[in-house]
Amino acid sequence: MIQKLLLLGDEAIAQGAIDAGISGVYAYPGTPSTEITEYIQSSNDARERKIRSSWSANEKTAMESAIGMSYAGKRSLICMKHVGLNVAADPFINSAITGANGGLVVLSADDPSMHSSQNEQDSRFYGKFAMIPIMEPSNQQEAYDMTRYAFDLSEKFGTPVLLRITTRLAHSRAGVVRKAITEQNKLHLPSNLKQFILLPSIARKQFNILLGKQSAFEAEAATSGYDVLTGGNDTSIGVIACGLSYNYLMEHYPDDDLPYPVLKIGQYPIPRDLLNQLYESVDEILVLEDGYPIIEELLRGILNKGKKIRGRMDGSIPLAGELNPNIVAIALNLKVEKGHDTPSIVEGRPPSLCEGCSHTDTFTALNEVMLDYSPGRVFSDIGCYTLSALPPLESINTSVDMGASITMAIGATDAGLIPSIATIGDSTFTHSGITGLLDAVNTKSPITVIINDNSTTGMTGGQDSAAFEKVEEICRGVGVEAEHIRIIKPLRRYHDENVKVIREEINYKGVSVIIAKRECIQTLGRRMKLKALEKREAESDN
Amino acid sequence: MNKDIILAGVGGQGILTIATVIGTAALLEGLQLKQAEVHGMSQRGGEVQSHLRISSNAISSDLIPEGKADLIISIEPMESLRYVHMLNKKKGWLVTSMNPFINISDYPPIEDVLQAIWDIPRNVSIDAEKVAKEQGSVKAANIVVLGAASPYLGISYESLEKAIESIFARKCKEIVKLNLKALAAGKNYADKRT
Ligand SMILES: Cc1ncc(C[n+]2csc(CCOP(=O)(O)OP(=O)(O)O)c2C)c(N)n1
Ligand code: SF4
Repeated sequence: MIQKLLLLGDEAIAQGAIDAGISGVYAYPGTPSTEITEYIQSSNDARERKIRSSWSANEKTAMESAIGMSYAGKRSLICMKHVGLNVAADPFINSAITGANGGLVVLSADDPSMHSSQNEQDSRFYGKFAMIPIMEPSNQQEAYDMTRYAFDLSEKFGTPVLLRITTRLAHSRAGVVRKAITEQNKLHLPSNLKQFILLPSIARKQFNILLGKQSAFEAEAATSGYDVLTGGNDTSIGVIACGLSYNYLMEHYPDDDLPYPVLKIGQYPIPRDLLNQLYESVDEILVLEDGYPIIEELLRGILNKGKKIRGRMDGSIPLAGELNPNIVAIALNLKVEKGHDTPSIVEGRPPSLCEGCSHTDTFTALNEVMLDYSPGRVFSDIGCYTLSALPPLESINTSVDMGASITMAIGATDAGLIPSIATIGDSTFTHSGITGLLDAVNTKSPITVIINDNSTTGMTGGQDSAAFEKVEEICRGVGVEAEHIRIIKPLRRYHDENVKVIREEINYKGVSVIIAKRECIQTLGRRMKLKALEKREAESDN
Repeated sequence: MNKDIILAGVGGQGILTIATVIGTAALLEGLQLKQAEVHGMSQRGGEVQSHLRISSNAISSDLIPEGKADLIISIEPMESLRYVHMLNKKKGWLVTSMNPFINISDYPPIEDVLQAIWDIPRNVSIDAEKVAKEQGSVKAANIVVLGAASPYLGISYESLEKAIESIFARKCKEIVKLNLKALAAGKNYADKRT
């Protein structure tokens, strides 16, 4: 029997990338993509092959580093959660214009239903926008195979390729069969050394080259085997099933006895021939997409005058949220089972800050100071500390995107809301907060920035923080006055002192920074456990 | 063979360990499996669930369809009730710990929670913490619950034992022993009441 590895979708992609001969992975953590890079970081194969894998400061720096590696002729993978692609959008879109030299694959993990995100944007829009091929696996084996294929595709056409997954596949485990490893590329520069200079005169040429590749991308999708049309005798409906949705469809036909023709989509741009064959042979079309109704909207067209197209836009499927077997069954008029009624006594159990988390002490102190002011002045950011929005703390008023605490506070003070407070985590600060702080210094905005420095990226499970032991120096370097950079230790026993420091700095009518410095108790606990284990092992060796 | 299992609990209670044990045992028996986990935000003391599907045939969906689960295994009583809409009304079993994990202010009276569990036909509720403590450590409460669910898994008890041995092998022998005892104690309890 062939040995199967039991892998998460994320891990299958990581193993696929290692086996495809990548020389580096560049990433910033973000659920549900984090485990890809973590897998490579702890893989022996990756270590032996010297694959670089440390975290980048943010998705933009990750994307650009990867483009650099591609320029130098080697294969690189970039991983991020969907909103990370907003941050990396500039280099991402432009990498389509420069084209790739070494294989360049961008993984974006979408989160329909917002299990742990602030929106449910669909990365396929970005792929279409950039005009590059998109791969969308339906299961863990395909995740492995497609990752490898994506690198070949990238080098064949000299283009970046977008690999799109959703939470369900990222975090679901199944058996995966590995294939032989491809050796890493040798260092080799592009034959055209001007291709990466996007001066308008060159960019125009490059853009035309990209436009010229479009029909080849489509032809490739028609023959790769990832877009497949299978017949069915009942032509009252034809189904288009993108990515994971294919499984939700087939769940209802365990004996492979689906009566309708179905077009399974794993690669974009979708081959028009296949689409046309389906369209011409059926009465109406049901589109299943785990995300926004992209294909559905294209098929309908703005006037919707063709055949009946069903999906999210006509209400056959809810407009928001991830798909599941029941939603697909209802769209197909199949009978759905009902379980027991959920008893009314069941209460929600939202996530909360860990017992003993430093953020609790910081926000308890801040809350006390803010009693002196009218409510609505605390601009916050994204991280564990965002949970301070919920009872019992209810400290913060905003959380929009990474880094927005400082910059929104600037705008609010410009509008007259003085004082305004920003609270931001250490990893978020180096991700996107530093430039905002520079703006504040340059405009002498009367804001107080509390940097929750817990020495880690807590929210995503405790990855190394690019800010480690650097926060104070960075603030000084950016130009915050030394006497207005204060360091507090968020512990209950220092509560009164901390309240005093926060009050003093809020009273200062310029830029002040308070660094609330105490390690995340989760990473602390993990370190202590590891230490104890090492000690025990050392003792038993003696 | 075909089992759809919902694992439930609160972040940090060890439902993924249960999933790993069942998954490893299933592989030992040459079965296929898919297991959807919950990571990220919901782990921090919030509700967590995992869909575990085992079959001798290929499995399509990573998610179990509503009303089709054969088994709910929960390490927390109120959490077990959160997913009863997923349970197969005609044959599904609900196996849960009776020990509440109270980290919210509006946790319902535990008597009401237990009553609601007992109102579900085919249920097993077990004081897993007490049983685990009797075996040596309250930490093995999750494995006690797994033991109580073992008669309904469609996987042999020996495979579960082998899985525990291989998973905990990296830790010390005592931990393997503790978990094997916890598994047996849970199974005993379930056997006695059926
Ligand atoms: C653009 C973008 N990338 C990644 C994420 C995922 N994410 C949310 S918060 C966070 C980091 C939080 O770390 P830190 O600021 O140090 O705060 P902590 O969680 O440690 O309190 C990450 C990576 C995101 N929401 N948006
Ligand atoms: S993981 Fe760390 S930072 Fe996040 S809530 Fe827990 S202790 Fe706080």
